[in-house]
Amino acid sequence: MSDKPKVAFYWCASCGGCEEAIVDLAEQLLDVAAAVEIVFWPVAVDGKRSDIEAMEDGEILATFINGAIRTTEQEEMVHLLRQKSQVLLAFGSCAHLGGIPGLANQFDRETILETVFDSTPSTVNPEKVRPQLEFTENGHSVDLPGFYETVRTLDQVTEVDYIVPGCAPTPNIIGGAVGALLSGDDLPPAGTVLAPDTALCDECGRKETKPEVVAISEWKRPHEVLIDEDLCLLAQGLVCLGPATRAGCGSLCIGANMPCSGCFGPTSRVRDYGGKALGAIASLVDSDDEAEIDKILAGIPDPVGTFYRYSLPASRLRRAPMERPLEVAAPKGE
Amino acid sequence: MTEANLSAGNGNGSPRIGVYVCHCGTNISATIDVVAARDVAENLPGVVLSREYKYMCSDPGQEIIKDDIRELGLDRIVVASCSPCLHEETFRNAIADGGLNPYFFQMVNIREHASWVHKDIKAATAKANDLIRAAVRRVRFHRPLEARRVPIDPRVLVVGGGIAGIHSALTLADAGKKVYLVEREPSIGGHMAMFDKTFPTLDCAACILTPKMTQVRAHPNIEVMTMSEVVEIDGFVGNYRAKIKHKPRYILEDACVGCLECIDVCVFRNGKTPDEFNLGLSKRKPIYIPFPQAVPQVVLIDPEGCIEFRTGRCKKTCVEVCAERNAIDFTQEETFSEVEIGSVIISTGFKAFDARRLPQYGYGRLDPVYTALEVERLVNASGPTEGEIVLRDGSKPKKVGIIHCIGSRDKNTNVHCSRVCCMYSLKLAHLVKEKTDAEIYEFFIDMRTGGKGFEEFMLRVKEEGVTMIRGKVAEVYPEAGNTGRVVLQAEDTFLGMVRKIPVDMVILATGIEPQADAEDVRRTFNISCSTGGFFTERHPKLAPVSTFTDGVFLAGACQAPKDIPDTVAQAGAAAAEALALIDAGHIELEPNTAFVVEEECSGCKTCVGLCPFSAIGYDEGKASINEVLCKGCGTCVAACPSGSIRQNLFEDEEIFEEIVGVMANV
Ligand SMILES: Cc1cc2nc3c(=O)[nH]c(=O)nc-3n(C[C@H](O)[C@H](O)[C@H](O)COP(=O)(O)OP(=O)(O)OC[C@H]3O[C@@H](n4cnc5c(N)ncnc54)[C@H](O)[C@@H]3O)c2cc1C
Ligand code: SF4
Ligand code: SF4
Repeated sequence: MSDKPKVAFYWCASCGGCEEAIVDLAEQLLDVAAAVEIVFWPVAVDGKRSDIEAMEDGEILATFINGAIRTTEQEEMVHLLRQKSQVLLAFGSCAHLGGIPGLANQFDRETILETVFDSTPSTVNPEKVRPQLEFTENGHSVDLPGFYETVRTLDQVTEVDYIVPGCAPTPNIIGGAVGALLSGDDLPPAGTVLAPDTALCDECGRKETKPEVVAISEWKRPHEVLIDEDLCLLAQGLVCLGPATRAGCGSLCIGANMPCSGCFGPTSRVRDYGGKALGAIASLVDSDDEAEIDKILAGIPDPVGTFYRYSLPASRLRRAPMERPLEVAAPKGE
Repeated sequence: MTEANLSAGNGNGSPRIGVYVCHCGTNISATIDVVAARDVAENLPGVVLSREYKYMCSDPGQEIIKDDIRELGLDRIVVASCSPCLHEETFRNAIADGGLNPYFFQMVNIREHASWVHKDIKAATAKANDLIRAAVRRVRFHRPLEARRVPIDPRVLVVGGGIAGIHSALTLADAGKKVYLVEREPSIGGHMAMFDKTFPTLDCAACILTPKMTQVRAHPNIEVMTMSEVVEIDGFVGNYRAKIKHKPRYILEDACVGCLECIDVCVFRNGKTPDEFNLGLSKRKPIYIPFPQAVPQVVLIDPEGCIEFRTGRCKKTCVEVCAERNAIDFTQEETFSEVEIGSVIISTGFKAFDARRLPQYGYGRLDPVYTALEVERLVNASGPTEGEIVLRDGSKPKKVGIIHCIGSRDKNTNVHCSRVCCMYSLKLAHLVKEKTDAEIYEFFIDMRTGGKGFEEFMLRVKEEGVTMIRGKVAEVYPEAGNTGRVVLQAEDTFLGMVRKIPVDMVILATGIEPQADAEDVRRTFNISCSTGGFFTERHPKLAPVSTFTDGVFLAGACQAPKDIPDTVAQAGAAAAEALALIDAGHIELEPNTAFVVEEECSGCKTCVGLCPFSAIGYDEGKASINEVLCKGCGTCVAACPSGSIRQNLFEDEEIFEEIVGVMANV
């Protein structure tokens, strides 16, 4: 057994982009791989749950978990990895804030299952088959993880030491996090997001072109306009969430002429990202007339998906009110 | 945060909190179990001591706090008593005397917010406990602060140039203070300028008012702005800025010397327009001066009547005659100016009740019926008839009826008593009798003569032979047979019979109402109105000329109906209050300002345009807040998208702890 520090990666409710981001580290990854022993990484490395179970508590130096917590299995794995790791990192927006899967918190489980297994136009399911927790045939039985009503962030399920933000985290941010972990010194206090604690405008190349007062009478969507490559995007009527979003990404989207959509989440001082982002955008509306304000804001078609795109489960709202009573046998953790 | 790690302290060390629950006599203790509240507070984390006491604001009450601070080393104080508006300052001072920073204090209003608005002792006590818990949690996060001292601008704005405004302005100006006197009519003087004599002494109104008006005009410290109105005011006590609208006079005020030759040569040989100052009892030309003693002595043009304005083809004889001074300017437009002042006196006066609202008295329909103000003009030596009492039909009255309380003391119009009508009715009875020797009947409901020399005056008028009839006139109608006279029908409650008295002239003692635009003025100056619409004083007994807006004072009939002696006394008081403020030299402001944490600010500029007081600047990639201009409204704090603006006394922790505290049992 090598005496290199042991590292694990795990994914929960996520798209795979975070795994992609690690692979994208390319040469950098090779250096890391040389310096550590990857003991668990279901996407890339063969390994079984039982291998982890067999480990001593705290045997793993660091585990990077991406994805939100949606199923019973994810919750179990997260607890297991927490127990075996000295440091647990939430990797990417979904683990950090709930991410895109967290938008499912606008609905309840039954609505989601109904949509997916019954009502979408492309669904053909005349027998109304639904996934079962257990299925037995010919004496063989398989089981499936339970599906929670509510998507949770990693730190709503277990204690998280550090957060690597982003959808997906950018190479510089990952590199910084890994470097800090391996060198061991200068580790910030637990709970810290490993990125600068100012908003994106601070590092945006267009900052100086932003007028002192932006007054918007019509919001534009990126496909509707020819975007000026130098001018502040807000000044062009695009919903750029840079003012509310933590810096550190190197303003990559903005460099590609796309407004910031907020994947790095808020600064440490903000308790509800979407509320702040909404406030920042709404305050630019150039009208005192209620009807006109409504009309201008109607130019933002999906407010929850815009302002809480990555952070609904981490928000004060957390989820939409349940339209149906919780099922009696709701999996624990609700 | 849980209660457990609460007691472990916070960034400010482990606070030693003292909680004081006040009985407020029985104001609080009748509805809130103060002993139970004290016991609950005693067990809250961080609380070292909790007491209840009869009157916390009393000297002994304050001494208890001071002693506890010194003896027990308390470093946070919570007082659960009345509204902070009333005693926050009292307790802050006591705490400062005890040697603690006065902002290590939180006041809980369990009187207005709990005992006064609830009946159920259990529920009210539970609510008081929640509020106290919130304050205890919050106060732990308080930081030491210092009040801001802002210098007071010694200049004063006086709004309304009636006798109230004139007297205030002169008092202040004589004390060496700069005054801007804003009057919306073309001349200052107000109602008093319309009178010939004033009750109860019958001294000549012009003789006492005109010199004061000229003094105002000549005073180096007073700037008079006529035909002007304040349209906007912002700032705060000691540092207000007012925006003033100036309507065009079409005359260059500095060039006009008041020779009035233009009026003589106007192409209109005779006036065609009802003269406003004479309430339509005479006609004036389109170029005119409101009354001979007007201040400023400057004419004005009424564009509605002027041929040049209507057709552009007038001979402009006025311009010809004024060729040398060239004071006439048809191109003038509305302008705006701004003044900076430290305090404001509002003296916008009153409006007389519109007698048409009571058609049973025939005003506007029956020629012999006049309002009191019209008769004031008729008896005035410089009025439409040069002081002769001549009726609309050219005759002199032989019998005159005066009806009191028109539009006063009547639930259909105004419930209030206008206070001056009895007295001016007696005055008019005397004057009319003196000038015509007519028989005079006064119909009164109650004769209200409560003032120095008033009763004596009434007795004198009675002795002069005026008939006093106690009874409310039901109706005024034309006498049968086309006599031109009208009949007053009233129940004489002395005789217990209905009387019908035919007279040649009826005088309606119309009451005093708030100005038609009082609501706008109220809003502009952020003061309040009482139910009747008169401006509300801060305290009816102890702060009669102050308002709830610091640095804004009231004088004269805009506050309530009153006569000239009371108006002048109040105007002097308002000036004295303004002087006291100015002499203090500075004002202490709540240190509740916002500030940008520079290293956290991303320079996104979201806040810059949002500040209603333009207090936020942007420089070298960061926002910054001007502490003197910031009023602590919190807009930028809430809006800052990266949470980089904080506000003293309203830090996030303080607010969230308060919420947690108040919701603890939910
Ligand atoms: C018929 C009658 C007879 C009276 N006789 C006597 C008497 O003999 N003796 C006595 O003691 N009292 C008498 N009074 C009472 C007396 O008129 C008042 O006490 C006195 O006029 C109050 O003065 P004032 O300055 O408060 O108000 P006002 O005289 O009403 O003056 C207010 C001034 O403010 C101006 N103004 C109003 N709004 C604005 C604005 N928004 N901006 C700028 N300027 C504004 C007005 O144009 C006016 O010039 C009589 C009242 C009436 C109705
Ligand atoms: S709003 Fe967006 S584009 Fe404008 S300065 Fe901020 S981050 Fe850059
Ligand atoms: S709190 Fe902010 S917005 Fe309000 S006055 Fe102060 S600087 Fe302006």
